Amino acid sequence: MTYRTILSTLVGIALFGTLAANANAAEYMIVDGTIPDSLTGKPGDAANGKKLAINRKKGNCLACHVMPIPEEQFHGEVGPDISDVGSHFTEAELRLRLVDPKVLNPDTIMPAFLKPGTHDVLKKFDGKTILGEQDIEDVIAYLMTLKGQYSQ
Amino acid sequence: MKYTKYITSAAGLLGLGAILVACTPAPTMKTGYDYAIPETQAMQDDDFSNPAFVWVDIGEEQWSTVDGEAGKSCESCHGDASSMKGISTSYPKYSAEDGKMRTLQHQINYERTERMKAKAWKWEGDEMLGMASFIKNQSKGMPLNVSIEGEAAPFYEAGKAFYMQRRGGLDMSCKNCHMDYPGVKIRANVLTNGLPNGFPTYRLKWQKIGSLHRRFRGCNSNIRATPYKQGSDEYTNLELFLTHRANGVAVETPAVRN
Ligand code: HEC
Ligand code: HEC
Repeated sequence: MTYRTILSTLVGIALFGTLAANANAAEYMIVDGTIPDSLTGKPGDAANGKKLAINRKKGNCLACHVMPIPEEQFHGEVGPDISDVGSHFTEAELRLRLVDPKVLNPDTIMPAFLKPGTHDVLKKFDGKTILGEQDIEDVIAYLMTLKGQYSQ
Repeated sequence: MKYTKYITSAAGLLGLGAILVACTPAPTMKTGYDYAIPETQAMQDDDFSNPAFVWVDIGEEQWSTVDGEAGKSCESCHGDASSMKGISTSYPKYSAEDGKMRTLQHQINYERTERMKAKAWKWEGDEMLGMASFIKNQSKGMPLNVSIEGEAAPFYEAGKAFYMQRRGGLDMSCKNCHMDYPGVKIRANVLTNGLPNGFPTYRLKWQKIGSLHRRFRGCNSNIRATPYKQGSDEYTNLELFLTHRANGVAVETPAVRN
């Protein structure tokens, strides 16, 4: 595609020894377990990010994570509690964890929000990513506001 | 079974679980029953409050109903239904005639079309689910015991590959949920080992009884994957893998789940 996709593939090979070729892949560059550059160049909207994290058809982060959202029932516990995640991660680290967490842990259950599925995908979702690029920037902006403990 | 369960849970309360488990025979895998809330367990425990018995009764009635050109019922050949005790625990089973595996539901339709010269039943119809749950109920409490030796081996491998394969828009495998996180909450649900021993199962969400393959379709759609047909080779092999994984676990049919 463009030089960025090529770069990310090359860096991918250099860092992880695998070739994650994907025609539909968005353009981003992985550096040391992070994606340093914003996917859109536009700042994220934290309020919208929170909505996406709740929405079962979008991020549905609550399916697996406890978050400081007491107005929502049923927080899952498959992943770690992320109510203090803004104190522990940079935006660049969070960006890779949302775009494609399998780069960090190939066996993870956490979905890659910016990579389409490749096997037996329902027609309706074929070639589609779970979230869009700006959605991911919005969720990151929201996560960066999460600084402090929360108990359900 | 029941007895062991009581001992271990009581011991758990005392914090002695580990010690006792070490002294009792190898514990079997936990089922959906073990993770269910007490109200759901109580419904399953009592045949009179278990709504699935509407279908078991349909099966019992069909057992002795003559149908088809051969003028026979199940009873004409098999006598009393107690002759079915233990039979379902070894399904899916390899069939030399088909050159592949047969689930109990395939076998039921084989009996109907070949032996009774009657029409095949629909996979998810009341008669089929009734007969399958009536027959499996004869083995309630007995351990699942399928073979994956010899001719069955490649079908087992195919089922295993399906189970491990990530699929759908969410790119998840059965293993991701049911091997990696049993006992863990995923939004409002508690994940279990995803065992087949209670099927056909009455689901409160369905407000009726349903087959194991219907459940497969649900789990596939939830991760935005294309579901396969009930009774397909893919789901039959998957059933073999699941049942072998649950070998030793007691039949609960008809179970109640939420
Ligand atoms: C189906 C389960 C699932 C979903 C849905 C999910 N996650 Fe995760 N997440 C996990 C698991 C499990 C981990 C633990 C790390 C691993 O498995 O690699 C994790 C790890 C994380 C981490 C790293 C936390 C740490 O302390 O290491 C962050 C941040 C995160 N998830 C954010 C999100 C956000 C934001 C969403 C939604 C947009 C989301 N997750 C959706 C399962 C999930
Ligand atoms: C995203 C998570 C997820 C994935 C992936 C998944 N399931 Fe499930 N499954 C569930 C949940 C939640 C339930 C309801 C709670 C339970 O019984 O575990 C369930 C229930 C089941 C049950 C019913 C168990 C019972 O006791 O009634 C079976 C059988 C099952 N799943 C098999 C599968 C198979 C086979 C696959 C892959 C084709 C699969 N599941 C993929 C989440 C999942």
